[in-house]
Amino acid sequence: MAEKLIIDYSSSGRKGYSLPPLDVPDINIEDNVESKYVRKDLNFPEVSEVDVVRHYTALSELNYGVDSGIYPLGSCTMKYNPKRNEDIARIEKLTQIHPYQSDDDVQGSLQILHELKTDLAEISGMDEMTLQPASGAHGEFTGLLIIRKYFEDKGIEKTKVIVPDSAHGTNPASAVMAGFDIVEIDSNEHGMVDLEKLKEAVDDDVAALMLTNPNTLGIFEKDIKEIADIIHDVGGLLYYDGANLNAVMGYARPGDMDFDVLHLNLHKTFSTPHGGGGPGSGTVGVKEFLKPYLPRPLLVKEEDKYYWEYDKPKSIGKVHGFYGNYGVLIRAYSYIKTLGYKGLKKTTENAVLNANYMKAKLKEDFVLPYEENSLHEFVLSGIKQKEKGVSTLNIAKRLLDYGQYAPTIYFPLVVKEAMMIEPTETENIETLNKFIDTLKIISKEIDDNPEIVQNAPHNTSVRKLDEAKAAREPDLKW
Amino acid sequence: MDYVSNTEQERQQMLKEIGVEAIEDIFDSIPDEVRLNRELDVSEGMSELELKRHINKIADKNISLENYTSFLGGGAYDHYVPSIIDHLISRQEFYTAYTPYQAELSQGTLQVVYEYQSMISELTGMDVANASLLDGGSATAEAILMASRISRNKKVLISSALHPSYREVAKTYGKPKDLDFVEISIEDGVTNLEELEDNLDNDVAAIVVQYPNFYGSIENMEKIKQLKEEYKKALLIVVANPIALGLLTPPKEFGADIVTGEGQSLGNTINYGGPYLGYLACINDRKFIRQLPGRIAGATVDADGNRGYVLTLQTREQHIRREKATSNMCTNEALNAAISTIYMATMGKKGMKEVAEQSYKKAHYLADKIDELEDFEVVNSDNFFHEFWITTKLAAKKVLSNLKEEKILGGIDISRFEEEEGILISVTEKRTKEELDNLVRLLEAM
Repeated sequence: MAEKLIIDYSSSGRKGYSLPPLDVPDINIEDNVESKYVRKDLNFPEVSEVDVVRHYTALSELNYGVDSGIYPLGSCTMKYNPKRNEDIARIEKLTQIHPYQSDDDVQGSLQILHELKTDLAEISGMDEMTLQPASGAHGEFTGLLIIRKYFEDKGIEKTKVIVPDSAHGTNPASAVMAGFDIVEIDSNEHGMVDLEKLKEAVDDDVAALMLTNPNTLGIFEKDIKEIADIIHDVGGLLYYDGANLNAVMGYARPGDMDFDVLHLNLHKTFSTPHGGGGPGSGTVGVKEFLKPYLPRPLLVKEEDKYYWEYDKPKSIGKVHGFYGNYGVLIRAYSYIKTLGYKGLKKTTENAVLNANYMKAKLKEDFVLPYEENSLHEFVLSGIKQKEKGVSTLNIAKRLLDYGQYAPTIYFPLVVKEAMMIEPTETENIETLNKFIDTLKIISKEIDDNPEIVQNAPHNTSVRKLDEAKAAREPDLKW
Repeated sequence: MDYVSNTEQERQQMLKEIGVEAIEDIFDSIPDEVRLNRELDVSEGMSELELKRHINKIADKNISLENYTSFLGGGAYDHYVPSIIDHLISRQEFYTAYTPYQAELSQGTLQVVYEYQSMISELTGMDVANASLLDGGSATAEAILMASRISRNKKVLISSALHPSYREVAKTYGKPKDLDFVEISIEDGVTNLEELEDNLDNDVAAIVVQYPNFYGSIENMEKIKQLKEEYKKALLIVVANPIALGLLTPPKEFGADIVTGEGQSLGNTINYGGPYLGYLACINDRKFIRQLPGRIAGATVDADGNRGYVLTLQTREQHIRREKATSNMCTNEALNAAISTIYMATMGKKGMKEVAEQSYKKAHYLADKIDELEDFEVVNSDNFFHEFWITTKLAAKKVLSNLKEEKILGGIDISRFEEEEGILISVTEKRTKEELDNLVRLLEAM
């Protein structure tokens, strides 16, 4: 099953590329460049084109994509990635443009980007957007720098950012990178922000509260207005982590919930592919009063002309070498234009329907730690199974044996043996049933033959991998 | 058009299982006060045909490199991209997969990352590479933060010949950590090393130079290495164009502690600046490896003792360490790293060298011709790689707009960065002698 490394296919003299012969007079590089600057050797593969194609095709066959089947990673929103978006992102008039062409040369692309940010601002209820951040965490960092700069500009010293214990790990990590201290607050027994604890935690030093709504348990923070008031009353700002925006599109907008800054993960809600870990896009939206602090340049439309505005003296500066992950933005544009306002709302509706259907079918077999209504995702606990000697990790690995991807596990941290399930709207009822049935089969296996689950996976290209060894004896290159 | 499969009948069946009358009942948890009581002001949805017509019409407003000869570089280079790359990365198993959380079902992605790390290490001469960062600018910033954590210093000596945008991104990232950036000026297109020496002391966290630098020049790395060795705490960060390393001595040999930069030139299309990938590699030192940002793949064995790959050294990362993580990196540029991996494998030992050499020779052919012209002068005529800086007695803007009328994108007007004047011209192996001669002829006629 194993595929050897590309370097092991190397055979001296083989070639996988061709270039036209040099058509300018040849020169001896050693005559021009001091020999200490001329590379002596490069130990790269020598392989043919067919070698390369066969090797990477073989590797792809060891992978599982969303076209292979359900990918129920909670918070990650692994929905179908429409093929037309891929075609559109490859239109040569859109891809064969250089970032330092003049704005006049690229009016088509700038129009697309401007329409995209206008739509994203409407969907999220914000006043202005930057498309520069290249990932969700990059968006968080950018948003927090904006908050930092705002207070600095106003001459107010603020040092703290509050994050709930159910928050994504990137939230506290981004806040620390932006120079803040973290205050973590516990959730209440309903899985929501504990208002009393929040009130105790806030003081004049609080710059922001970072919140995901619905939160990582899939539960809508119904007290959001009161939460906003608590933060705004001490002069702090409210940051929205947009990882779960797909639960509320067309139903509610973070801007109307009084959030001041947000980021949107276009690779989640807006269907751009995850590429095995990236690229993504973490566009950031702000309310009007924060507009001066956005990264530069800002895309501006004047009459029918589009241009990049660099003259922004209060800007936090640039966070990306160019304008962000343009190719990802094109795909998101294509997605929004395909769906339209009706399709966006229907998408949310069905994401919520699918998640609630699965929850209803699975809550008998696993512990449901929070009874509250959840929207697009839900969290189960494997504690009952754990008592029988089978961990959530074992269950996840056993799912792989049945040819299905596992949910997000051991997150959020507030639930023991957590399994966080998000089916997304693009799965049909048969696929959901198959996944539900598989979990029920595994649940039965745990009673009848726990070893088979404990020792999973059995049917994958490799069996359970030794992570401890990988960390203890790092082998990071050939 | 939407991507929902379930029919109305199926939806009704599901609602019944859930135990609610209507889908609206589930949304009851959203209080009225924050409900949107109108439709979104977004246009009607489009069919595939309508969409393609609509976007093609907009795209026609662009001037693209399909029809123009480009001499634009500045961190985004128009190299030849072999056809197989897009075919391979368009396999759904690669592009529709997630971050390899379940390693046993993600061996393809993980092995590609391992191969990527191996070839980046080889190219830079370094020992350890991560799985990619967001782009060249942010990777430079992450390298500086890493150096500051390792050296426990705050002063950063940054060459003014480092890409202006990378410098700006680095300052954006460095500000919350109170990093003190000292910009070292340039002289004849290279870093002023006397000034660098004057500013070196034991409080320096890092020296940051670009190789070749923003103006295309090859810095005096030998001298930089000597200076660095006198001040043990200062780390040397080299921001390198990986294509140039097909020809140039790897930065490790000049004492680099961290090598980072933009990986776009390794097989990624120009795409108006993104998605690209930042690469980052460092020396084999536990102190360094523990401070690396981003994901890393490693080889290990499975329960049967067979070789396999996992994400490793994760105790540095945000999902484990939260506020104590080395970085907030989560989503990276995995697919672009896959592109670069396949590019490096395809070009291989010979191709990497040939691309670099052809680019070098063509660029020098062009520069020599331009230097002979009355109204133009090459600032860094003898020590550049494939990009050079010209000054002109004419107005740079006018020169470039005249060339555009002839369907030539003649280079970057350096004044856009508000530091220096002139034009930055980049030449890759894709340019033909005819195109180069044509450019010279047109410049001569101005």
